[in-house]
Amino acid sequence: MVCEQLIDLLVIGAGPAGLAAAIAAKEEGISSLLVLEREKEPGGILRQCIHNGFGLHRFSEELTGPEYAARDIARAHELEIPIECDTTVLSVSPDRQVTCVSPKHGFRRFSAKAIILAMGCRERPRGALCTPGTRCAGIYSAGTAQRFVNLEGYMPGKRVVILGSGDIGLIMARRMTLQGAKVLACVEIMPYSSGLNRNIVQCLDDYGIPLYLSHTVTEIRGRDRLEGITVSEVDSNRNPIPGSEIRFDCDTLLLSCGLIPENELSQGAGVEISPLTSGAVVRETFETSVPGIFACGNVLHVHDLVDHVSNESFKAGRAAAAYIRSASSAETDTADVWKVQDGAGVRGTVPQMISKHPSSDVDLMFRPSAVFRNASAVVECDGVEILRKKSLIFTPGEMAVLTLKKALLDTLSGSCIEVRMEGGSSRG
Amino acid sequence: MDKVITCINCPVGCRMTVTLSDHGEFVSVTGNTCPRGAKYAEQECTLPLRMITAVLPVAGSDTPLSVKTSSPVPKEMIAEIMEELSRVSISTPISAGQVILPNILNTGADLVATRSLL
Repeated sequence: MVCEQLIDLLVIGAGPAGLAAAIAAKEEGISSLLVLEREKEPGGILRQCIHNGFGLHRFSEELTGPEYAARDIARAHELEIPIECDTTVLSVSPDRQVTCVSPKHGFRRFSAKAIILAMGCRERPRGALCTPGTRCAGIYSAGTAQRFVNLEGYMPGKRVVILGSGDIGLIMARRMTLQGAKVLACVEIMPYSSGLNRNIVQCLDDYGIPLYLSHTVTEIRGRDRLEGITVSEVDSNRNPIPGSEIRFDCDTLLLSCGLIPENELSQGAGVEISPLTSGAVVRETFETSVPGIFACGNVLHVHDLVDHVSNESFKAGRAAAAYIRSASSAETDTADVWKVQDGAGVRGTVPQMISKHPSSDVDLMFRPSAVFRNASAVVECDGVEILRKKSLIFTPGEMAVLTLKKALLDTLSGSCIEVRMEGGSSRG
Repeated sequence: MDKVITCINCPVGCRMTVTLSDHGEFVSVTGNTCPRGAKYAEQECTLPLRMITAVLPVAGSDTPLSVKTSSPVPKEMIAEIMEELSRVSISTPISAGQVILPNILNTGADLVATRSLL
């Protein structure tokens, strides 16, 4: 019989989201709390992101990933927040029972007043991409290669092609080059890259690595180890165009084809998941459909900037502290909330619900479904415009944030808030 | 002589055309939307600079040490600097912020540890 430990707040994950949430909750006076982390150290994915560019919004300086993480870890230590590493959470139940296992403590069961889900996300694997060809060695997700090179000191290969031009793929093109590999090409199925311009210039152009837009991998060759791949141009329906094949001899293929929130534990707890974000459906407090269970960071929706993750997670931590103090959720009556909807050109707005008397300003976060130039993002409440933000460009690669002031929300009624794109040119 | 470069300051990514003199000196730029673009174009055509981050193997540690240059260094020196880094030999303990290699190849930039290895 395993005895159950009672605790006020359990945070699952000690990456930037979990650390910020725990810091905020502790600062709000929650002293009975514990952070559980699967890896041997806190810091999450930042540990392997050794490049710089993190923290420009939050600290007004460019830090490397380990440096950014170290600041939150130092603050957590200062606040004496217990972080247990090497601990894998096995299950979370709707009544907030959590089971976990670690070499040090074995199997344990907790009963928490509130839980913050901060498990982050995973890379889309080869199986989900349906690339044809053999199942040989030498094919890795870009993040796996990043871990090998930056944390474990192994080089995964010598001649490399990268499929997908997201930021992780671009960053790895430069890392592999600097560590002595030859990166032959970066291949992107879309007609544009979802990576930052800065990364295209400084990770590809600087090293003369060609970027093939509207191209994809159509053959993988090799019996034991990867020997080569074929890349083909695709038409506007993303179908390969016969005759456009380019062959590359390479021993390594890195996949940088999108991130998916890691919600197996959330689903076990009965948390409602949005098909658009692949993360929990939340209110402005980041409370999920299960009372007392909150979600923040990349497990909720995939972010581009860690600064946004931290900002969101501080709010989730404060909201969880308020929940613990009052032992109740916000209003559940549908008359007391606005439902947030995606309008034309908008995908995956978070939060999906806003209570009619929020305790502070509410950030609406979303991605445009295409590139919009010289356009506006418009927020309407039951068809009446309440906010407009103009920009030279909105792109799917950059999450847009619109802040709804509490003072504005307090004057509104109605039942539905909608975000949509207006004007400007768009391309798919 | 004209040269086309992409601005990296924001997601707009202006394609800018820079006019260079016969000696390769910056003369003027068109295609930028804001002053940041013009400044970047001039810097990029005069003395392009880059931060370098890398990992170094460490005696006594399974985990390599992540490092950075304390300030941006000339882009054309990246390969040379990486070569210099490959000759560095270090062992634990190392604390974050520690200077691993001062004034790398007289660039004025130090090589600094970005994590601790105890």
